[in-house]
Amino acid sequence: MKKECINELHVKLPSYSSNESAARAIVSAFLAGLNPTVDEISDIRCAVSEAVTNSIVHGYRDIIGQINIDIKLYSDRSLKIDIRDRGRGIDDIELALRPMYTTDPEGERSGMGFTVIENFMDSMIVKSTPGRGTKVSMKKKLSALPVRK
Amino acid sequence: MLFSDNNVKITVEDGIMTAYVHGEIDHHNAKNARRRVDNELESKRPRELRLDLSGVSFMDSSGLGLILGRYTKATELGVAFSVVHPTDATMKILSLAGGERLIKIER
Repeated sequence: MKKECINELHVKLPSYSSNESAARAIVSAFLAGLNPTVDEISDIRCAVSEAVTNSIVHGYRDIIGQINIDIKLYSDRSLKIDIRDRGRGIDDIELALRPMYTTDPEGERSGMGFTVIENFMDSMIVKSTPGRGTKVSMKKKLSALPVRK
Repeated sequence: MLFSDNNVKITVEDGIMTAYVHGEIDHHNAKNARRRVDNELESKRPRELRLDLSGVSFMDSSGLGLILGRYTKATELGVAFSVVHPTDATMKILSLAGGERLIKIER
């Protein structure tokens, strides 16, 4: 069976740090009807939080800019989440993906954001152009719904 | 002694300072928790700091930064440090960074 897109969500938020919790709440609410497991929703919330925080802290370090969250949900219960900014971009993606690496040690960033996304989602792709912005694409397939007896 | 402010409640008894962090720990509200704990740590100089995370409903890697940062700060001041009652979700993130090898955790 060919998988088709059965629902989608497009949100844009200014990069206020208070919108980190808003982004998580919006994504949770969108996925609630699918009955994801507690672990699945917890992992997705965390991954979204990491990418949005990266855009706020690094992408738009000293300015407020727009963050786009685009979610596509497919008939096989897989989902694709893109989080985009038009911020400063990442100079060296390979270095940025390294666990514990951070450009902001004084702010007590743990440098574990991308590591969390990689571990909590099925896949992650980071595309970035310095001066143009960053897009983090992540995928996860939700487990099948339990069969009702 | 009891202090309460947003998402952190702090008690000090017999040289043991316990910081109860509750609600969501992300980049936005980790700053407040950090400031509260550090201020009390510096002024009270306990012999032990316990970070009680039983009331944490959500935590991302900013929470990890908060925990590792308090561990570093306490260690610099010669204060014993432990994380108390982390939830499963909190443990999952702590383990990613190898936190359980570095930090004393009471489950």
